[in-house]
Amino acid sequence: MRSLAFNLAAPVGAFVLTLIISSLALVAFGSNPIAAFSDMLGHASELETQVEILNRATPLYLSAVAAAIGFRMNLFNIGVEGQYLFAFIVAAQVGSLVSLPSILHIPLILITSMVVGGLFSGIAGLLKVTRGVNEVISTIMLNSIAVAGLIAALQARWQPEQENFTATTLGTAPVDESGLLPDANGLVELFTPEIGQGVELTGMIFVAAIVGILYYVLLNKMRFGFDLRASGLNPFAAKAGGVPPKQMIVMAMFLSGAVAGLIGMVELAEIGRFPADPIQGLGFAGIAVALLGRNNPGAMAFSALLFAFLDVSAGILQSTQTATKEIVNIMQGIVLLAAVIAYGVTKRIQTREEAKATAEALREDSNDTVGVLS
Amino acid sequence: MNALRELPAWIRWPLYAFIGIFLLTVVQSISDTERLTQVATSRQMLRFAVPIFLAGLGGLFSERSGVVNIGLEGMLILGMWFGAWGSIEFGPWWGLLIGMIGGGIGGLLHAIATVTFGVDHIISGVAINILAPAFTRFLSDEVWASPTTSPQTQSVGTWDVPFLAGGTVFGWESPDWLLSISQLEVWFLSDTAQLARGLLRGTHWVSYLVIVLVPATSWLIWRTRFGLRLRIAGENPQAGAAQGINILRYKYVAVIMSGVLAGLGGAFISTELSGLFQGGNSAGRGFIGLAALIFGNWRPGGVLIGALLFGYVFGLDLRDLDGTSSHAMLLVNTIALAGVAVWALKGKRRSDAVMAVILGSLSFIWWLSTETVPSWWSDVLPFVLVLLVLVFFSQRLRAPEKLGAPYFKGSS
Repeated sequence: MRSLAFNLAAPVGAFVLTLIISSLALVAFGSNPIAAFSDMLGHASELETQVEILNRATPLYLSAVAAAIGFRMNLFNIGVEGQYLFAFIVAAQVGSLVSLPSILHIPLILITSMVVGGLFSGIAGLLKVTRGVNEVISTIMLNSIAVAGLIAALQARWQPEQENFTATTLGTAPVDESGLLPDANGLVELFTPEIGQGVELTGMIFVAAIVGILYYVLLNKMRFGFDLRASGLNPFAAKAGGVPPKQMIVMAMFLSGAVAGLIGMVELAEIGRFPADPIQGLGFAGIAVALLGRNNPGAMAFSALLFAFLDVSAGILQSTQTATKEIVNIMQGIVLLAAVIAYGVTKRIQTREEAKATAEALREDSNDTVGVLS
Repeated sequence: MNALRELPAWIRWPLYAFIGIFLLTVVQSISDTERLTQVATSRQMLRFAVPIFLAGLGGLFSERSGVVNIGLEGMLILGMWFGAWGSIEFGPWWGLLIGMIGGGIGGLLHAIATVTFGVDHIISGVAINILAPAFTRFLSDEVWASPTTSPQTQSVGTWDVPFLAGGTVFGWESPDWLLSISQLEVWFLSDTAQLARGLLRGTHWVSYLVIVLVPATSWLIWRTRFGLRLRIAGENPQAGAAQGINILRYKYVAVIMSGVLAGLGGAFISTELSGLFQGGNSAGRGFIGLAALIFGNWRPGGVLIGALLFGYVFGLDLRDLDGTSSHAMLLVNTIALAGVAVWALKGKRRSDAVMAVILGSLSFIWWLSTETVPSWWSDVLPFVLVLLVLVFFSQRLRAPEKLGAPYFKGSS
């Protein structure tokens, strides 16, 4: 119980600090923070907004799991951004080329996205184990290569010939209906029959849930997970214990990229192709969500919901004009920085208390021994 | 190679430069492009290289003290915003100063998180990289009513070197010797003159400052008590602490300094290059600076070479509208990779040599079989170059011993 309260103190403290700092920032520029926050909460109490929050949280959660797989073994995959965009465009193109029954078409697209994301991220893993290239730099460079060049080139090549271009038809050729994951409105109807036209809960929410469960089982309950974490914590000890650290690094990078590949599938299921202007920034936001949730599958889901709530709140602030919508990004940034600092502090306190407890136990132990001897 | 290394620095460096220019001239004379050695190319190179170098030099201070600084990109962005704001409100020099302060605040945050609270350096850096753009968007929206752009900023301006590049001395227009040489159209000589002229004419004041920073930093890091203690903080902090050095204070100073330098790089981008603050204008140059730092083996001169190398490719890409210059660069790549192969063979590193030969051959075949390269290739070339450089040099470099390791007072 005490440890639970201890663990919760850091994120709650970080959140309170975020509210204070962002309120001060708003007051400093003449906005009313209470009005802004109540607009955000009022907006979030509507069913449409809640569905929107879940739709936004789904890719964020996938992105967080992708980053967390690396973090668990001290690998920093900063390149989720490039991996998901690259996987998105390739999977969308592959999906548009074939026409299959849904039962084959959907898995084909999902698996393509995972393989492409995994291979792209695997490059960084290979460079690390064969050439000693730090994965932070290589994933950042691969990011730039994908975003600055590869995707634009593929977009130009795969743009189908059309009589007149409009914003809604730019992008890769549309994927047949059979390749699109159906929406999950049935899930909402279990709780409320009110879900109306035009609001669709993404079917990818189920995929995200499965990924979260697999992540938990694989890393905490199976030998592979122990091997992975062991080689992250101490590669030499792991090697002595028969775990090949190099294979583990490549494997972790591949898995991380494979999950990253799924991020774009949320947008694909919604609009059916790779658009001219896909949603960007999910990769970096996912890193933040993973750090905030400390790589824990449940806590990351909460963090994803928090970030999604803030993202979605930008819209209402823009329409009510109670505050600049940019405040939500500030809140995301501050809560992240405050939380990582708070985790650092609690970790040090914990280590210190453990050391103290061990020292005391040892002292008592030696006292006992002395007592027996004398 | 060893004979080269024994030469004094003031001969060796110009020699490297001449070898590089010679290579470019040779390639250019069998290609369809004239951009490889034009005045505008070296000018663009410098414009790109200065922020990369400043970020890399910032990283050098931080990493020499043992703190990994991936937050340089965020600090550069803070510098961009504060530089633009300061320049609009108070004038151009104030802009640079306030940009440095803005970046320094980012450095201070990183120092608080990593040094005082022991947060993982990469995690703290990532957090700063996420916070900084959000913060500048917010400030822009509040101050300039637009989250992404500012009004026009004021620039400190440029200066032409007299005699060499035709600058004015007390109102008198001096001769432009380098221009005269380049108009002679003598092979190699005129090419060198053109490239040199690009560095000396229409050059920003900040760029001249950068040249001074290289020897100044070398002296500070290797010849002063401050530098020695800074390096101890990164190499063996426990030994330093045992000698009574306040390791935490040195780490703080170094990390704040890295933010200040990255902030200057950012202010240079917004006030001198773009003439306004624009979100996304950093174009990842903080990260490239980090790559230049690694390429330069954590030494100021090496960082400058790395920055100029990456800056050259960026600058060429910007002006290469028909793809012929990037096509010629394929041949430069081939020759460079051949050089790497020979060098690797001498060092008996067979796998390096094989890899260099394979990549070099691919590059050569591509060069032979095409006339131009697609535009996306020139866009990704700088980043590919960073990766290639790391692939061949990562194992030969030596980072500070305790880079990235947490250190607490009294820890052992």
